[in-house]
Amino acid sequence: MTFEIPLLVLLVMTAAGAVLVKDLISAVFILGSYSFALALVWALVGAVDVAFVEAVVGAGLATVFFLLTLFRMAEKDTLIRRPPVPWIAFVALPLLAILLLYGAGDLPAFGDPLSPASTHISPAYLESSVEQTRTPNVVTAVLMDYRSLDTLVETIVIFTAGIACALILRRGGA
Amino acid sequence: MIHPHDSAIVRTLGRIVIPVAQLFGFYVLIFGQHGPGGGFVGGVVLAASMILAILIFGVDANDSQLAQKVLHGDGVGLLIFAGVGGLCLIGGGQFLNYSSLAIPGLDEASRHYAGIMLTQIGVAADVAVTGVSIAISLSMEDGEVAAEEVSHG
Repeated sequence: MTFEIPLLVLLVMTAAGAVLVKDLISAVFILGSYSFALALVWALVGAVDVAFVEAVVGAGLATVFFLLTLFRMAEKDTLIRRPPVPWIAFVALPLLAILLLYGAGDLPAFGDPLSPASTHISPAYLESSVEQTRTPNVVTAVLMDYRSLDTLVETIVIFTAGIACALILRRGGA
Repeated sequence: MIHPHDSAIVRTLGRIVIPVAQLFGFYVLIFGQHGPGGGFVGGVVLAASMILAILIFGVDANDSQLAQKVLHGDGVGLLIFAGVGGLCLIGGGQFLNYSSLAIPGLDEASRHYAGIMLTQIGVAADVAVTGVSIAISLSMEDGEVAAEEVSHG
C-alpha cells in the first residue's frame, strides 16, 4: 500500500514528461522509464509475467528500435514543434475523465473472488492445469496450451512485422 | 550500416554482458514453465543480446556471426509452432490440442508438457530473429545494398 502513491506519481510524471518534452530522443528515454515504472506496478499487483514483458519489451527493445529510427533522421526532424492546444480539449478531456471515473466506480474490487472474471473459467485453469499439463506456471499453461491458437496468431503478427520492416526499409538490396 | 564501436570500455563490457544476457535468455525460455517468463520474454532477451552484439561489434564482425546466420532462418520459429500443431493433427486430434501429440512413449500430461516446451521454443526463435531483423532493417541507410545480398551474387 505504501508503494502505490509514489509509483502512481512517478507514472503520471513520466507520462506527462514524455508528452511535454521538446526533443524526441529525450521523449524516448522518458517513455522507457515510464515502462519501467509500469512494470513495477504490474509486479506490485502480482502479474509477474506481464511485468517481465513490460520491462523487457517496453523499456528495452522498444527504446532501442525508437533510437535506431531517430538516428536515421536529421537533427531538425527530432525536435517537436507543437501547435497550440485547441480550447475544446480543455473542455472535452476533463469530461471524458469524469466519464471514465464514473464507469470505473462500477468495476468489481481488485481480487474480488465473486467478480465475473474470477468465476467463469479461471478456477478451472487454476485447479486443473498442473495435473493436465505438469506446468506450475498457470500463465504459461494458458498461453501455450489452452489458448495456443491465439499465441500462434500473435506469433504470425510478429513475423509479419519483421517481414514488413525488411520489405519497406531494405529497398537498397533489391 | 552499423560500424564497430571503437571504445575499449564498451567492447570489454560487451564481451562480459552479452554471454550473460544470452544465458539468461535461454534460462528464461527453459524455466518459463516453472517460473515467470516463457517463450516471448526469452526470445526478446536473446534478441536484445544479439542487437547489443551488433551495436558494439558491427554487423559484419565475427562476433555477431550468430546474428547473421540466424537471420536466414526467418520464420523457422513459426514453422516449429505450426509443426507442433501439425503433429497433433497427425496424432488424430485437433490442431494444437496436445492431448494427441504424435510423440510416442509419453502419457497425456507429458504430451502437454512437451507441446508447451516446443511451442515456447518456436515463439522464442521467431521473436529473437524478428527483433534482430528489425534492428538491422532500421539501421540500414537509404540506397545501401544489403551485405548478404551482395555476397550471394
